[in-house]
Amino acid sequence: MSRQRKRIHLAAHFPGVNNTTVWADPRSKSQIDFSSFEHLARTAERGLFDFFFLAEGLRLREHNGRIHDLDVVGRPESMTVLNALAAVTERLGLAATVNTTFNEPYELARRFASLDHLSGGRAAWNVVTSSDAFTGENFRRGGFLDRADRYTRAAEFVAVARGLWDSQGTKGTPDGTPDGLRGGTPGGTPRPFAHTGRHFTLEGEFGLPRSPQGHPVVIQAGDSDEGREFAASTADVIFTRHGSLEAGRAFYADVKRRLARYGRAPEELKIMPGVTLVLGDTAAEAREKAVEIRRQQVSPQTALLTLEQIWGVDLSGYDPDGPLPDIDPDPDAQLAQGRVRHGDPLAVAAKWRALSEEKGLSIRQTVIEATGRQSFIGTPEAVAAEMAEYVAADAADGFILVPHLTPGGLDDFVDRVVPLLQERGAFRTAYTGPTLRDHLGLPYPGERRERD
Amino acid sequence: MAVPTGTLHLAAAIDGDGQYQAPYYVDLARLAERGTLDFVTLDDTFGPPGPGRGRLDALAVLSRVAPATGRIGLVPTVTTTHTEPFHVSSAVATLDWVSRGRAGWRVEVSSTEAEARLVGRRPAAPAGELWAEAGEVADVAARLWDSWEDDAEIRDTATGRFIDRDKLHYVDFESPRFTVRGPAIVPRPPQGHPVVAVAATDPVTWETAARHADVVYVHATSPEEAGRLRDQLRSRAVGYGREAGALTVLAAVAVDLADGEGAAGRSPADAPLVRPPATAGGPPLYRGGPVDLAELITGWHTADAVDGFHITPVAPRHDLERFVNGSVALLQHRGLFRTFYPGATLRDHLGLSRPANRYALEREAAR
Repeated sequence: MSRQRKRIHLAAHFPGVNNTTVWADPRSKSQIDFSSFEHLARTAERGLFDFFFLAEGLRLREHNGRIHDLDVVGRPESMTVLNALAAVTERLGLAATVNTTFNEPYELARRFASLDHLSGGRAAWNVVTSSDAFTGENFRRGGFLDRADRYTRAAEFVAVARGLWDSQGTKGTPDGTPDGLRGGTPGGTPRPFAHTGRHFTLEGEFGLPRSPQGHPVVIQAGDSDEGREFAASTADVIFTRHGSLEAGRAFYADVKRRLARYGRAPEELKIMPGVTLVLGDTAAEAREKAVEIRRQQVSPQTALLTLEQIWGVDLSGYDPDGPLPDIDPDPDAQLAQGRVRHGDPLAVAAKWRALSEEKGLSIRQTVIEATGRQSFIGTPEAVAAEMAEYVAADAADGFILVPHLTPGGLDDFVDRVVPLLQERGAFRTAYTGPTLRDHLGLPYPGERRERD
Repeated sequence: MAVPTGTLHLAAAIDGDGQYQAPYYVDLARLAERGTLDFVTLDDTFGPPGPGRGRLDALAVLSRVAPATGRIGLVPTVTTTHTEPFHVSSAVATLDWVSRGRAGWRVEVSSTEAEARLVGRRPAAPAGELWAEAGEVADVAARLWDSWEDDAEIRDTATGRFIDRDKLHYVDFESPRFTVRGPAIVPRPPQGHPVVAVAATDPVTWETAARHADVVYVHATSPEEAGRLRDQLRSRAVGYGREAGALTVLAAVAVDLADGEGAAGRSPADAPLVRPPATAGGPPLYRGGPVDLAELITGWHTADAVDGFHITPVAPRHDLERFVNGSVALLQHRGLFRTFYPGATLRDHLGLSRPANRYALEREAAR
């Protein structure tokens, strides 16, 4: 190899409330009991993963005015689970998705600093926004913000949180203490904090000393232009969903190029697509398993519901094994609520119709084909090789693995693929530091100026 | 109000202003668990309690403590003034899940201007207003905990349904202060309702305590005073349609256990319990030896003045250790306090039943 080999970063996503999880599988256990979280987190730590990742739910999804009942429903609150997982893991990073729309910066900065202290520097925050009046019905803050305001609020929110984390001084710099509590003692001189901005006005003194990582790691998802720019300016990790090597490389190049504008080096932002995987003893066996898993994930009912989410109209009269409806979607309809919408319904429908006609696919087959995310399917050797290739080719810095079974869905990967990645020199053989910043190779934040 | 003298309940604060590392809290909680106390509490406030003395988020700390302990109840303070009721309900329910049924929640308000400025969402409000709101938050939290019936998850492969949506309920809570639609995201927690505690140490809290609390702390310097307070709170609770015994009343006492075994020349009957100056607030202070403290606890309990004690060690490690090894051991020796946990949940320790689900009851009644 002429160039220095990049190390792969790996994270584990506890499968959430979507049709990734095959709950009907007899091996599928509780998605709520702490033992499930403990099992997946310990597996990830055994595999020397960078972090464990939890999504967020703030309102149960609805379809046609009724609670969606086909997928896993219900989950515990992320930060509370992660604080508990800090007790049963030692090095694994702990990432919670928390909304900036229905929280306040002081409270959240304090909660993340607490997680960082209690875990010895392993906290991460996946910053998300919501525009949704539907979700807002559960909150005092109520209503919603338009798209542009969501991002300005989120940007100001993160800046305020970092200002709060910095306000106790930055002299608690890493000193390499063996217990992983770097910077864990009050460093520098506490100073009052004041911020006056468009979305927030607050002042006072932050009640906690600088946490071990200084700033908990900030993760961001999003593919829009605003999303990419926001990530380039503020995030340490970006969570994407780019399917192919080529699409991944284009995204990677674009996002890394944007960093210079903010005075950041390319390695200061890690790009990690969310991926699924299916392992088999032979390539054919893996492919067969993958087909079976997709069929379980997209039942006939799920196929019709997915289609209705795009068309915005009742399609219950259609046969899931028949052709796509010839009617056009209603772009203004709100049949499905509480789930992220991807793109313009008319454009999506046109794309799906083309796919269906080209390959002669039924409704269910089309949904299976069109909604799959990037997946590594094959023997452990093939999956290890493909993952290494993606990273070496600058299509990603690593992956967030989304297993389809709770909680044992990563057992095989850790037992069979991780050793192969290690043999190739593509993955660590031991944690080199105590904190998530150490795992990700991210710099410790120095003093930042408070921004307005 | 004659409620027979029941089981003695003991709880301890493991507060740690200026303590930021998990082992400190884990060690104290394990010490309390060794004494088979009902629960430990951890105080919280948004702002720094003093110069150079911050506090970690209390619910976060006790979540960290949960897997490191086995039986003891975990009761963090969670304030209701600057938080979202929906988030509070989810976090407390999750503490119950990660501790397998050991969660409680001490309801508190944030009344200072300094706390209001830290959040910046709204100005400080009078305590009466904030406690009325706290009651509403407790109410909506309980409704959200009920918004999933216990058997809502069905995993019915025949029909492809993961849940029975008829067993999930919109709470549709509305008040002038806030509205919440529901249902909860977190399924009904192991205890049904995690235990609700209120420090009923100021009359402004009494309505909320009598209406929503399972456990209340009172400040009293004599068994007579404690008994009067318990009667008042219980009759208010009855006024809200609750049973008198639904309210477990604990005397809150700060304890400073000297190094000797007892205070020389003093009889247990007049063991020192000193009310702090009005400006200082806080619970009455006991200063003496662990044996005399056990005498005091025995005396108050056999006089049927309180259901037990919530102690705040003045020097956390030292005083809790002497309390467990001295006072508790003596109470156990006398057969006044348990020597093992007969149950698994905090409700079990407190002798409280698991609440029926209100929506399931309504559905049954409608049949």
